[in-house]
Amino acid sequence: MPPAIGILALQGAVDLHAIALSRLGLEAVLVRTPAQLDTVDALILPGGESSAMSKLLVINGLLEPLRARLHVGMPALGTCAGMILLATGVLDGRPDQQSFSAIDIDVRRNAFGRQNDSFETDLELAAIGEAPIHAVFIRAPVVERTGPEVEVLATIDDGRPVACRQGGVIVTSFHPELADDLRVHQLFLAGVAA
Amino acid sequence: MSEQLSDATTSRETGTQLVKRGLADMLKGGVIMDVVDPEQARIAEDAGAIAVMALERVPSDIRRDGGVARMSDPEMIEGIKAVTTIPVMAKARIGHFAEAQILQSLGVDYIDESEVLTPADEAHHIDKWAFTTPFVCGATNLGEALRRISEGACMIRSKGEAGTGNVVEAVRHLRSILGDIRRIGTADSAELFDWAKRLQAPLPLVQEIARTGTLPVPMFCAGGIATPADAALVMQLGAQAVFVGSGIFKSEDPSRMARAIVEATANYTDADILAKVSRGLGDAMPGLEIGSLDTKLAERGW
Repeated sequence: MPPAIGILALQGAVDLHAIALSRLGLEAVLVRTPAQLDTVDALILPGGESSAMSKLLVINGLLEPLRARLHVGMPALGTCAGMILLATGVLDGRPDQQSFSAIDIDVRRNAFGRQNDSFETDLELAAIGEAPIHAVFIRAPVVERTGPEVEVLATIDDGRPVACRQGGVIVTSFHPELADDLRVHQLFLAGVAA
Repeated sequence: MSEQLSDATTSRETGTQLVKRGLADMLKGGVIMDVVDPEQARIAEDAGAIAVMALERVPSDIRRDGGVARMSDPEMIEGIKAVTTIPVMAKARIGHFAEAQILQSLGVDYIDESEVLTPADEAHHIDKWAFTTPFVCGATNLGEALRRISEGACMIRSKGEAGTGNVVEAVRHLRSILGDIRRIGTADSAELFDWAKRLQAPLPLVQEIARTGTLPVPMFCAGGIATPADAALVMQLGAQAVFVGSGIFKSEDPSRMARAIVEATANYTDADILAKVSRGLGDAMPGLEIGSLDTKLAERGW
């Protein structure tokens, strides 16, 4: 049996992650309720608005069950807003914003500016191979602090980390689901199988 | 208008189609709320809005007041930007590229070339390829949607009939657009030429729809959504997010209505949740019969 991969489906680019998984031969489980969360082995937290997702986590009763699953080591992939939700500290967030401390990093929201400053670029990401990954940053966060257990997978031109890993948890500032490159998803799935 | 930052190892490219469409992808499943001042923007963000639309008057007031409706005062847009952490959109008149240039200079996150304002050009929409800031445009049918996409729009919203609190036109437009997408999906290659001709739309876009089965950009819904059930209806019909204009701040309890519509949009297939959030919201905005309207905003745009 292949592992059941869930996508947190409260808001955001849920469909693009589902397409990426289906290209890898997996059918995603959309997770909106605690019962749905119980059925998955690992979870993707997609891009979107972290503040809105944070509220919907509370409203849908997912906050504590998801925190508990992450606490006991459920693998997770967080892209952009998903990275903010998985982080330990959130700078420039809203005071009522929730985060799961699933990876020992502090992130700054909207670190590159507004939409006019959103950009695409090529990044070295050795964990997925030699060929650079085409990375799309949309009002993206950046990592401002990494704990001792955290492996930096990629940095942006100014040297700040934009992809990190700690155990089965992988986070990216950018959106692998927007570019035609499945290697970040494959890296995540390799960690789920391990 | 993309900008290359010089750097030895890498470069950042801004304003590309991927970057512009990407923000629309991130807004899926959410609610974009019309706000007229920083206080309303705060209420919207507190309720879980994914973006706000900054404008001077909500559509129902524009409809009531008449006269020429224009781009909002930059000071007011700046005031709303200052209090929010979520994306801020603003409206330019159809064809008014100078207003759009000003909105880009203000750094809004999305520009709505909107029929809710009084059109500035009776033949031409804005050349949206010329901008770094992405555009959303309204459409009543698939041909209109594809013409806007060919002009560079990165998000389409069904127009509905803004300021009426009546969802019937939004439903008509959504069904028309999504129905034609389904029909194109079953057409053979020769029939696609006829589809392009009838829709007055570029053939390559029609062929792309035949291949993919979807619009090339995200498709949201606007115009007349006034209740959580309205939001669930249009999401189930195939909209990927909703714009709510007058529906929130013309209701009896805006904060509560805003939260309920956010919750309904996220859980649009769960009737138990919809029943729970629809309870005791007070009066929705007063509605208007489409037949009684002097001006149909959806007819603006070509």
